[in-house]
Amino acid sequence: MNPLNHVGESKCSDDPYDRVTNPNGVIQLGIAENRLAMDLVKEWISDNVKASLIDSDISHLVPYHSMDGLLELKMALAAFMGQVMLESISLDPSQMIITSGATSAIETLSFCLADPGDAVLIPSPYYIGYDKNLKWRAGVEIIPVPCRSIDNFRLSISSLELAYNQAKKRGIKVRAIFLSNPSNPVGNLIDRYTMHELLDFVTEKNIHLVSDEVFAGSNHGTGEFVSIADVAHTEGFDKSRVHIIYGLSKILSLPGFRIGVICSFNENVLQTAKKYARFFSVSVPTQRLLVSMLSDVNFALKYIEIKKKRLRRMYELFVEGLEQLGINCFPSSAGYYCWVDMNNLMRSNNEKGELELWDKLLTISKINVTPGSECRCVEPGWFRICFTTITEDDIPVVMERIKRITENNKG
Amino acid sequence: MAKGLRPSTVPLSEVAVSKTHGEDSPYFAGWKAYDEDPYDAVTNPSGVIQMGLAENQVSFDLLEEYLEEHPEASSWGSGISSFRENALFQDYHGLKSFRKAMTSFMEKIRGGRAKFDADRIVLTAGATAANELLTFILADPGDALLVPTPYYPGFDRDLRWRTGVNIIPIHCDSSNGFQITIEALEAAYSEAEVAKMRVQGILITNPSNPLGTVMTRSVLELLLDFATRKNIHLISDEIYSGSVFSSTEFVSVAEIVEARRHEEAERVHIVYSLSKDLGLPGFRVGTIYSYNDRVVTTARRMSSFSLVSSQTQKMLALMLSDTEFTERYLRTNRERLRKRYEFIIKGLKSAGIECLNGNAGLFCWMNLGRLLEEDTRDGELKLWELILHEVKLNISPGSSCHCSEHGWFRVCFANMNLQTLQVALKRIKEFVDDRKPKN
Repeated sequence: MNPLNHVGESKCSDDPYDRVTNPNGVIQLGIAENRLAMDLVKEWISDNVKASLIDSDISHLVPYHSMDGLLELKMALAAFMGQVMLESISLDPSQMIITSGATSAIETLSFCLADPGDAVLIPSPYYIGYDKNLKWRAGVEIIPVPCRSIDNFRLSISSLELAYNQAKKRGIKVRAIFLSNPSNPVGNLIDRYTMHELLDFVTEKNIHLVSDEVFAGSNHGTGEFVSIADVAHTEGFDKSRVHIIYGLSKILSLPGFRIGVICSFNENVLQTAKKYARFFSVSVPTQRLLVSMLSDVNFALKYIEIKKKRLRRMYELFVEGLEQLGINCFPSSAGYYCWVDMNNLMRSNNEKGELELWDKLLTISKINVTPGSECRCVEPGWFRICFTTITEDDIPVVMERIKRITENNKG
Repeated sequence: MAKGLRPSTVPLSEVAVSKTHGEDSPYFAGWKAYDEDPYDAVTNPSGVIQMGLAENQVSFDLLEEYLEEHPEASSWGSGISSFRENALFQDYHGLKSFRKAMTSFMEKIRGGRAKFDADRIVLTAGATAANELLTFILADPGDALLVPTPYYPGFDRDLRWRTGVNIIPIHCDSSNGFQITIEALEAAYSEAEVAKMRVQGILITNPSNPLGTVMTRSVLELLLDFATRKNIHLISDEIYSGSVFSSTEFVSVAEIVEARRHEEAERVHIVYSLSKDLGLPGFRVGTIYSYNDRVVTTARRMSSFSLVSSQTQKMLALMLSDTEFTERYLRTNRERLRKRYEFIIKGLKSAGIECLNGNAGLFCWMNLGRLLEEDTRDGELKLWELILHEVKLNISPGSSCHCSEHGWFRVCFANMNLQTLQVALKRIKEFVDDRKPKN
């Protein structure tokens, strides 16, 4: 368990910011959760009380159901995801497995695709949770493939090739490439051309490709989100090596309900994941509630549209606020966070300097952010700062807090 | 195969392709036959009656009544903040109110003879996840857990598949009602040593599945003494603890721990779930209760892979903290299960079939030994197939529970209504009457 994570989290829970009751508390900007449109979800539930109540005829809720999720939920999710991704693909319910959260989906795929001691290539910086999700029980090693600011943190096939060959030389079996799209923590969208290259690469090496698309629907700028499924589908690639992860935590702001999805075009993976499903099965009443919610097409469309608007606004305000402090953000196209360059605030241009700055931000500015080193970023000075757990009114407060440090660092 | 898929050439992991999931056993094959031809009193009266699923349907009405009278259990009221908290809550500690409700329920089941600390409760998506999780934590690949036979067929998968841990059976037989003896324990331990496997613990199910009996206090003491001597863990899966027909007969390992003032408690862990006692398998609520701080912390973190929906936690917290309801439920459920048990035993007796003297659970352990053509595993499976395909009853053969004696079968009686049970008993009687008995 990452110690830094712990420290930040506990400071946040011990002294949580509240605009009214605790204006000097610690502001949590380290969790990529989207609360911008929660009111819409809540509203739906109050307007649809009956659907959200546990039906008093519970006989259909209580018995054992198929462990990999209700068919109705898979169908509702497939339709909803289609709307989120502007129908660039259509998901097939028979190729979906419902898991208790994306965390469990990632681990499950690790168990399916690799043996303990094998490795997967992951472009860095990457989501820190991958370390635990792949390594802990499934025993799969991660080989980071560094992406750099000079390349706009974009993945290059040549660095993938290099990492793959280096692993081979060391006798390590690479079984898959794992990547996030939209990417966390940078917020890039992978373009079609790169996807083609990726698919060529995995086909040539005969390995798998896992696309973690939990942030689908979080694009707030220019640039089109393209799911790997779309490319694999249209170009006649062997899709049996492609697997996708979705989750309702990000899309619908419902992390507590624990709904993740594995989409796979590989029958063997589906069958195996189905057998694993008993270890992470989702509560039936929760599934039924979501079926009702997601099948309400009007609600779904309205939600997606409003969320997108609010997301764009928050991103723009936040970036602007930082710019006024002389702090630049990477031009992200998606995600609930900014990827921020705080190099000019560091005392020394290395990991130590970065961690010192992180600590200052936590103890002096009292904001919890994620340092790039925790995401395995090879360049020091980058920070992921989430902006979707606060409101517009909190943004000036955050900027004031950061000023406490920038003022001291002038010169 | 889904449309458009070709057989894949991309290799999968060894675990993925192994057969350790055990789903090829008769235990699961019978379910298939049921799925393909399920009994229905009106539309399919000659279909297969499912007696292989240990589900509790006898007390649904009590749950329905509760939910009808307490709509607040499943709604969020008018405040957005409570909804927001719930929807965002993914803390692997679990809702405190729910953990408290679970401990209070567990204490009620044990008649207040043991106390539980809500901070030692770790929530998992079902007991299946809890058992696997404990195995991951307490043992490494290649290690062994000792499990008394006959045992729940699912353990082969839950304890071994992804964990790489082995099960060494502690052989029990009908000479003493299938109770664990010190000789059998020592023999199992030695077997592991000979195979060069490190024994990390003993896993018992109490009340037992498939036997339908509770463990005596002296056997529990024996087990804890043995575990202490060998410095290994003791896991007690107590998911049927609320389904003991008489409230005073169940002794939990928790009571032994308290009687010993928590000496050596750090090796004791309890698994519980709401699937059996409360008849809510669809809700996916399981729990690990450990007296070991490090196990609690690690289990909690590992539970990230199988968390319980916050919505479900909230709903059940209310229900399980309602002492009037839980007391009434437990009392009524026990009574109904006891009546069902007596009904099926009587029916089987009139067909000349004996069962093990049971006092708990959702099933009885039936002896058809005298109907076997040969006293072998094959003989038992032949009989099982006959019963499945001709008598159209899905029951579970003892061999899939690793029973060392042939001819025993687990028969579930709580997952159907009384009329269906009557039909099943009628079919059994006809079958037995037709068959020439073994000399």
